Amino acid sequence: MTQDQSTTVDDGATASAQESLAGTGTPAREGLLGILGSSVGRSLGLVVALVVLCGVGFATAGQQFASVDNVLTILRLAAVIGVVSVGMTFVITGGGIDLSVGAIVALASVWSTTLATQTLARDVHWTVMVLCALLVGVGCGLVNGLLISYGKVVPFIATLAMLAAARGLAEIIAQRRTQIVDVPGFTDFFRGSVLGVPLLVIIFAVVALLGWVLLNRTTFGRRTFAVGGNPEAARLAGIDVRRHTVLLYALLGLCCGIAAVMLVARTTTGSSTHGTLYELDAIAAVVIGGTLLTGGRGTIVGTVLGVLIFTTLSNVFTQNNLSSSAQSVAKGLIIVVAVLLQQRLATRSDTRT
Amino acid sequence: MSVETPLLRMRGIVKTFPGVRALDGVDLVVRPGEVHCLLGQNGAGKSTLIKVLAGAHRPDAGTVEWHGEPVTLASPQAAIDRGISTIYQELDLVPGLSVAENIFLGHERSTAGLLRRAETRQAARELLARLGHREIRVDREVGTLPAAGQQIVSMARALSHDTRLIVMDEPSAALDQQEVQSLFGVIRELTRAGVAVVYISHRLEEIRQVGDRVTVLKDGRTVATDLPAKATATADLIRLMTGRDIEYVFPARPTAPPGDVVLKVDGLSLPRRFADVSFEVRAGEIVGLAGLVGAGRSDILETVYGARRASHGRVEVDGRRLRAGSVPAAVRAGIGLAPEERKSQGLILDQSVYRNITVSSLDRFSRGGFLDQGAERERAEELSRSLDVRPAGVERAVRTLSGGNQQKVVLARWLLRDCRVLLLDEPTRGVDVGARSELYALVRSLADRGVAVVVVSSEVEEVLGLADRVLVVREGVVVHEGPATGIDEHRVLDLVMEGSVA
Repeated sequence: MTQDQSTTVDDGATASAQESLAGTGTPAREGLLGILGSSVGRSLGLVVALVVLCGVGFATAGQQFASVDNVLTILRLAAVIGVVSVGMTFVITGGGIDLSVGAIVALASVWSTTLATQTLARDVHWTVMVLCALLVGVGCGLVNGLLISYGKVVPFIATLAMLAAARGLAEIIAQRRTQIVDVPGFTDFFRGSVLGVPLLVIIFAVVALLGWVLLNRTTFGRRTFAVGGNPEAARLAGIDVRRHTVLLYALLGLCCGIAAVMLVARTTTGSSTHGTLYELDAIAAVVIGGTLLTGGRGTIVGTVLGVLIFTTLSNVFTQNNLSSSAQSVAKGLIIVVAVLLQQRLATRSDTRT
Repeated sequence: MSVETPLLRMRGIVKTFPGVRALDGVDLVVRPGEVHCLLGQNGAGKSTLIKVLAGAHRPDAGTVEWHGEPVTLASPQAAIDRGISTIYQELDLVPGLSVAENIFLGHERSTAGLLRRAETRQAARELLARLGHREIRVDREVGTLPAAGQQIVSMARALSHDTRLIVMDEPSAALDQQEVQSLFGVIRELTRAGVAVVYISHRLEEIRQVGDRVTVLKDGRTVATDLPAKATATADLIRLMTGRDIEYVFPARPTAPPGDVVLKVDGLSLPRRFADVSFEVRAGEIVGLAGLVGAGRSDILETVYGARRASHGRVEVDGRRLRAGSVPAAVRAGIGLAPEERKSQGLILDQSVYRNITVSSLDRFSRGGFLDQGAERERAEELSRSLDVRPAGVERAVRTLSGGNQQKVVLARWLLRDCRVLLLDEPTRGVDVGARSELYALVRSLADRGVAVVVVSSEVEEVLGLADRVLVVREGVVVHEGPATGIDEHRVLDLVMEGSVA
């Protein structure tokens, strides 16, 4: 929706002039709250929050926080969950939800590392590992999507089942052991960097950029908004809603596969405990970013900012030797505050019903 | 009429929202036991006024007197406690609860938190009996009741409080003619018991049947009040509502004969809905389907469109058979549908006008999946200008448009596709009287451009005035087919009720 911004204000003006002719109109948005209510403004709010957070980090941990190394650490950590969150933005904008992302990441990581650790596969090129992770991700996403659109299982339940099943399957394949990867080409490639920027961060940036283009500039993205905004109207407008829904979950599965590869590279392990609670982190990032949980409105920029806010928050807490429990409390508070703020802004622009 | 204390007197009510003055000095006086009709176009302030009355909005200025005493309706509960109940357009019932539970929702009969179930059911039965609807079982889940039944439950809920005034917001919108008559029976029963009713409807003929007095709102102001419902001329009412002299004007039928057959429906059947429906529509022709709600009219349209899968029969466009049960196939073949429930089925309300217009034609604006949004906006702009969608501006959310303008957006969507066949299901539902003539003219101009049009409407007058040919449907069977000029309203109603073809 970001691209609509430039013209919204002018419309408000012409609208009120014509109000008497044709009934109701959007109240003209004015003042600071009005600016925050618009989509660019929402992103701006998140940027301010991020800057404040960085200020707090710098004030409490000083150079330790602001060092290049630490900033890269934050970005590296943000990269994996960020890729998942970009995919999640699509599913939520399309009116769905996926609780199984963490489990899919675990399964994909275990499956691909099993390939690498088996003697049989020793001389297979590492790209096969990558391909395997991506296929596992897409496969799980397809199963989710098919169950939801053709099996008519509600997304919450279908993906809850996938959460249990995928993690269980990961445990079986890994036999509950952590699999260490020492495929030289693989780790060298993914732990490398370009012009000082870690490849993982570059992957995240590319995924986010492609995600933005896909959501805001293509027919696929437009249909996603339509399907999430009003599935019945989308169907009667001639959109194949069921097929589109399958594609959305498959896309998220693909993102999970990519995230699994990144996670394996970062930790040099594949494990059935990878990706634990990713579903909550991803949903939280998407929601504070400004994507509507009921579908129909979504923003990739907001999601990326949401991910950065949460990752920076953890980092600030870690730098100050605060417990991860305190982190969780802070996270919870941020979610509530962000959502409350959004609701206020939403009702302001929609008071007359 | 004697000088009695009015039940309700609202004076100079003002309510502003950011950027909008929704109410700008409304006066309303309601006497005990009368049916007071509130008329006005969409955006005239009816809904806001109702919400003030229901305690959902606090007015910025003005006074409310109840039984001659000034009162403040600070919350919905305060309004209910005074004896004001509101039945909203979207029924606010809980579908998963039983009839009895819904009626006493919020003021359950209980002892120390434990529900007195038998007593609740008994009280619910008595209320339903008072409304003349003993046949509704109090244990039935409300979600399984038809719309008319749900409305009765809403009314029983209103009566379960000691109600002196019931506000009904377009209660007839979801009802067929028989159900409307039964609703009127209930209303007369209530007023006989001294309950006053504020009745809101777009349908003037209903106001004449059931109303006592009329108040007309325009642009948030009371422009006329204390008009006798039965004696005021339609033209006067419309002029007061619109500020213009407009009557239902149906466009002239073309003199040239229609073109080739575009849509051919042959032996179409859907079990328990309709059977063996066959008809043809030629280019430039408007065919009307008349019948009661539930007679299968909408089902026929939806099946032709592929939104439902026919068990038998075929649909052809330009001689080519369509794949059954596939909306994308129908759209590709050039069929467009303006669905009955415009807001829930036709539009993505929170999205912009241009997105709603282009949603079915995205492929035409894309290269390799990438949208050319400039071209998209431009085309949408052109169309909305040519259909005179007001207010202008394709970036505004469709939600903010009036019913008539929303319908134009749906029509623009199919115009953009150069559709060959246009299926219109209740095209003027929720559309202001003033805007209807405009829509009729628009539909006719589409037909003149060679589009084959099928119109379904509950308003017989509309079908007869707009269509060239009429099909009358009763219980899923076409009982009459002929030119619209060869049949009158009474005959259609006879057919609809009796189904006998003489």
